[in-house]
Amino acid sequence: MAENTITLAHGSGGRAMSQLIEDLFRCAFDNPWLNQGNDCAVMDSPPGRLVMATDSHVITPLFFPGGDIGSLAVHGTLNDVAMSGGKPISLSVAFILEEGFPLADLERIVRSMADAARQAGVPVVTGDTKVVPRGQADGVYITTTGLGRVSEGVNIAGSRARPGDAILVSGTLGDHGVAILSLRENLQFQTTLESDTAALHELVASMLAAVPDIHCLRDPTRGGLSCCLYELAQQSGVGMIIEEAQLPVREAVAGACELLGLDPLNVANEGKLVAICPGHQAQALLAALHHHPLGREAAIIGQVVEDAHGLVRLKTRYGGMRHVEWLAGEALPRIC
Amino acid sequence: MKHLSEYRDAGAVRQMAAAIAREVDAARYYRFMEFCGGHTHAIARDALAGLLPENLQFVHGPGCPVCVLPGERVDLAIALAQRPEVILCTYADTLRVPGSGGHTLLRARAQGADVRMVYATTDALQVARDHPDRQVVFFAIGFETTAPATAVALLQARDEALGNFSACCNHVLTPPAMRAVLSGDQESAPARVNGVIGPSHVSAIIGLEPYTFVAHELQTPLVVAGFEPLDVLQAVLMLVRQTHAGRCEVENQYTRVVSPQGNPKARALMDQVFLPRPSFAWRGLGRLPHSALGIADDFADLDAERRFPVQVVPVEDHPACQCAAVLRGQMEPRACRVFGRGCTPESPLGACMVSSEGACAAAYRYG
Ligand code: SF4
Repeated sequence: MAENTITLAHGSGGRAMSQLIEDLFRCAFDNPWLNQGNDCAVMDSPPGRLVMATDSHVITPLFFPGGDIGSLAVHGTLNDVAMSGGKPISLSVAFILEEGFPLADLERIVRSMADAARQAGVPVVTGDTKVVPRGQADGVYITTTGLGRVSEGVNIAGSRARPGDAILVSGTLGDHGVAILSLRENLQFQTTLESDTAALHELVASMLAAVPDIHCLRDPTRGGLSCCLYELAQQSGVGMIIEEAQLPVREAVAGACELLGLDPLNVANEGKLVAICPGHQAQALLAALHHHPLGREAAIIGQVVEDAHGLVRLKTRYGGMRHVEWLAGEALPRIC
Repeated sequence: MKHLSEYRDAGAVRQMAAAIAREVDAARYYRFMEFCGGHTHAIARDALAGLLPENLQFVHGPGCPVCVLPGERVDLAIALAQRPEVILCTYADTLRVPGSGGHTLLRARAQGADVRMVYATTDALQVARDHPDRQVVFFAIGFETTAPATAVALLQARDEALGNFSACCNHVLTPPAMRAVLSGDQESAPARVNGVIGPSHVSAIIGLEPYTFVAHELQTPLVVAGFEPLDVLQAVLMLVRQTHAGRCEVENQYTRVVSPQGNPKARALMDQVFLPRPSFAWRGLGRLPHSALGIADDFADLDAERRFPVQVVPVEDHPACQCAAVLRGQMEPRACRVFGRGCTPESPLGACMVSSEGACAAAYRYG
């Protein structure tokens, strides 16, 4: 039994731990920096500006249709780097494992991380592992940090949205959140939905090639599109108007949200981005998005307007206008 | 899903709005109360008021089950949840309703009480089966819509001899609340409205007959309506026409779901398991006679209030809270002094800010 689960010894720095690292991590992530066996990675520094981002990942369930905590931890941080317009160079990863966590699950997660990193072309160059006693964590927590380089001339920031700019999304909204909700305990509706988890830096690179003057990029993860737009509006001191009829939402997501009393605008995404660019370049940016497999369902959803209060409003499909809900807490399903 | 799309067709909705605008008399003032929180939410979400003439106004009613749950019942839920042997199961929104001192089930859970969110009574039964060593209390809230499901759960628990399951019943009844709000009582003046948009799902259970007093006695037209934008607007047009013709009738716009007799089977289940309480406290409306259901003596063994005797005292609402006026359709949410300042969906002072169906939450979220 103990041989197949994580024990406190695995985090104690002794022989069990070096065995684990040797067997699992190095073998899966396999790259020259990690293989040197140091506690750090020494790399050549690229010219220009660096970007760094970090993200901790806790999720229930650990495995879900379309991904798992491992691929999510890689994509999440790569995307944070990519939202600066940066090209990711390397990743670090830290695990917190709960005593008793099945080794087979850890292996599955690590392999999935390695696959995700390899597909993205970004090595995991250093890492750390700690084990906490049973009950002090929920299975596994993963923190990843990403380093990247931002090219000359790219100047993307949440404060750069200007009245007249166009707002685009790279694809359908709410897929990840609904896929996760559908698996959680007590939720029995059937969906064939998969999480949209994906690394977006290559999509971003082709967007920048088409429209170098993108003003803002952000991935609408927790809190969904509405939270993301409100953050950008507040940072830039502008308002936004989006059109309900233009929002790409899968029918299955719309149906599940309806059932649960949730708004797809508030539901998390893991492989989507919001882009804001000068209005006259919107069509060019849309074309670049449509050209990439991760942007096939991209759409221009609205525009930036003047508004000192930083309000995000929605034009309903019936022609009425209302505020977009800025969610205060966790989105809880309603009853009636 | 598909069959709904015709009730959301943008062209049809605009046409209906235009038809209302054509018929509305610019010299008159129309105040229509949507009783049900589902309608309040739909009207706000689809920004329907903005499609209609300015002299036609929606007035929000008290039909949000979370909003009318009084502080003392929240205290009861917390007291039950704090018993070490108890797992308290309830619908999500209940977790955030403030009890005395602003205490909530959510906070009780953070402090160690075992409170679980369920989506259906069947989930609560399953928790009881999965934890034979614990006492599982289903804290049941809702109007006539959710009461039949609670009845079925109690019958099922009895069938299975599920000795560790019980329900704490807070089901409330629509017609008494409608009467209190529309006709006023010793606590408050009547809401002055020209018509009522009647509940959708509640009516599917109770039918149309219970509303006759609204039309005949209170001389107010009532149209039962569905939740889709076209449903609501069609009901508005029907109310406008009744108003102009000087008619006061109970009409049914939602014929695809609501039959005049309602659902006699569901009512029979409720009659078997529940007994009307002599009176029950509503947030904002005070104590209303025969306005809620308790568990019948035949099912006393499954009644959490009898299994775990807990004393709670009536709770005064926060002094700044204007929920009573809002729930009675006498005040617009924004007119409340604490709206959006002391009271937000994140930290609600009053219950109307809790559920997305509450008038204040709808106004806050959708502006
Ligand atoms: S703003 Fe808050 S306190 Fe005021 S009426 Fe609404 S819910 Fe009650």
